[in-house]
Amino acid sequence: MKPALRRFRSVLAANAPARISFWVLVALYLSALLAPWLAPYAGDDESRARSWAPPSAIHLRELDGSWHAPFVRSVSYSFDDDALRVWSEDSTCRFPIRFLVHGRLFGLGNPVASPIVGRDAVVGGDAPAANLHQRQGRLYLLGADARGRDLLSRILYGSRVSLTIGVVGVAISTLIALVVGGIAGFAGGWVDSVLMRLCEVVMLVPAFYLLMLLRAALPLDWDSRVVYFYIILILSFLGWAGLARILRGMIQSLRQSDFLAASRALGLSPWRILWRHALPQTFGFLSVQATLSIPGYIVAESGLSLLGLGIQDPQTSWGNLLEEAMSIAEIRLHPWTLLPGVFLFAAVLSWNLLGDALRDTFDPRSLS
Amino acid sequence: MSTLLSVEDLGVSFATPEGPLRAVDGISLSVERGAVLGLVGESGCGKSATASALCGLLPPGARTTGSVRLSGRELTSLSEPDWRSVRGRRISMVFQDPMSSLNPLLSVGEHLVETLRTHQNLSRAAAREASVGWLRRVGIPDPAARLASYPHELSGGMRQRVMIALALCPGPDLLVADEPTTALDVTIQAQILDLLATLRGELGMTMIFITHDLGVVERVADRIVVMYAGRVAEEGAAARILSAPRHPYTRGLLDSVPGFRPRTGRLPSIPGAVPSRRDWPSGCRFHPRCAHADAVCGESVPAAPGPDGGAACFHPAGVP
Repeated sequence: MKPALRRFRSVLAANAPARISFWVLVALYLSALLAPWLAPYAGDDESRARSWAPPSAIHLRELDGSWHAPFVRSVSYSFDDDALRVWSEDSTCRFPIRFLVHGRLFGLGNPVASPIVGRDAVVGGDAPAANLHQRQGRLYLLGADARGRDLLSRILYGSRVSLTIGVVGVAISTLIALVVGGIAGFAGGWVDSVLMRLCEVVMLVPAFYLLMLLRAALPLDWDSRVVYFYIILILSFLGWAGLARILRGMIQSLRQSDFLAASRALGLSPWRILWRHALPQTFGFLSVQATLSIPGYIVAESGLSLLGLGIQDPQTSWGNLLEEAMSIAEIRLHPWTLLPGVFLFAAVLSWNLLGDALRDTFDPRSLS
Repeated sequence: MSTLLSVEDLGVSFATPEGPLRAVDGISLSVERGAVLGLVGESGCGKSATASALCGLLPPGARTTGSVRLSGRELTSLSEPDWRSVRGRRISMVFQDPMSSLNPLLSVGEHLVETLRTHQNLSRAAAREASVGWLRRVGIPDPAARLASYPHELSGGMRQRVMIALALCPGPDLLVADEPTTALDVTIQAQILDLLATLRGELGMTMIFITHDLGVVERVADRIVVMYAGRVAEEGAAARILSAPRHPYTRGLLDSVPGFRPRTGRLPSIPGAVPSRRDWPSGCRFHPRCAHADAVCGESVPAAPGPDGGAACFHPAGVP
């Protein structure tokens, strides 16, 4: 595998978009791994008083003109005549943004009384210093959802599902396709016939009706870890057959090739010829195919979530986060609900560009 | 000298929708240990089918009849797993086109190490060392550095050298070289032929050298078998066949090699083409193209040459 790694590095060195994609993906997967530390709030930490809060304004100046480290204000809303939320900031105190607080990378520190407001602004005669601790600020870098949950945190937690479901799903379906397609193409004869008829049966299963059936048959209240695995299972089950047929065709045409005849003439075992000589010829195609289908899995997961089969609130995935951005009205009022789509787009695009680089890696001819 | 390989009445037929197609129709030959047999003939005469049958590499639809014995062991009845113990170790093969006979995704070293470790119980390091030795032996400059090269980085001649190293490294008793120089430039051809001659001297190699080129076979073979239309036309010591061919077909072949015999005027060629395998001519299969054919040639089949050589012809030249 070492030469392949070295080749991959030189391919990346020569291909700037792939290099950027690679680091984007590294960053995305690292942030998924570190989500509990990077996210300022837990994914289900809600604050209903701040339903649909827009991204927090980050201030540097107090009302008296003094400069401070970045801070945010507590916000609240009222409704205007059209029943739309109107947000106002509470200027009586500020919430400094602090790093490495509450066991997370960043969050809000304790409130500090605003110097200019003083006693006059206090309603009910309490000294500001006395009720300061009752005030709560929330940091919404990317806005909030209907229940006042921080969208950034939810995107970070959701990436754990969305970024892995495609990779694991594609890995499983590709592996099945490799084994089935490889054996069918290599063995030929009745083995080939049986395996290909099996593929056709799987391809005949109408995906949508299968999903509806499963929706009806399976319990609603499954733990989302279980749901996660059965989504992967369903998607890989639906995905392997087409790929297996293509692979079988590729292996079949490879069987005619001189170098497979040569490796037979040199006395190599059929397994060795299949795994080391025949199947690797398809890796270039497979790597492109796999990276191209990862986005499909990510999107399919969101489709399943929409049907109530996928990851359900309060657990998050990019798919079910995007459900909130499904109507024009929502997007107009809360445009930040589209942001999970930006992450989805970045991940999908990066996988595709990386797919090209992978293909070049597996084909040494492309280098010289 | 003992006989290493003896082929008796070997027939190869392929199943086709229009019925069986007999590519090889009862050929017999034998190869002495340490000797080089040249198998000569035009395209479609059954040379390559014979070679494939010797290595058990015929496609699944093919049927073989007759007998092939290697050191007395019958090969035609071997099962596929048994064949594996023969290929490489007992009979190895060099293919025609070095451009496509190496796996493009594996380096030269990976090819050699894999083959060596398939046949010998070697550590990876020992196999690498042995690989360097083999590359040096087949005349590849800077062999240690070449281990990391991929096939596309090598020239055709270099690739064929690698193929030869691959075929020889398991230590086969018999090497079948199926037109190993046909795809190469003439100068490279000569180098490869020299290499095979050198290796033969070093290793005491037994070889069947298949070619359509009499100029090539002259340089390597001790004995020559000329095939025509699935049968043996003539057999004999190389020197005798090249200097005094008896079969009109052999003569025609020799006459059509430029510069082989001093000659003036237009280079002669054998009229017509090799007949279709679906529709062999009756009697002597060469008779429609033969200048000496008479009535008997079209009716009965001439006897195949015996073990001492000779021509399968009713009117052989040079025989009273």
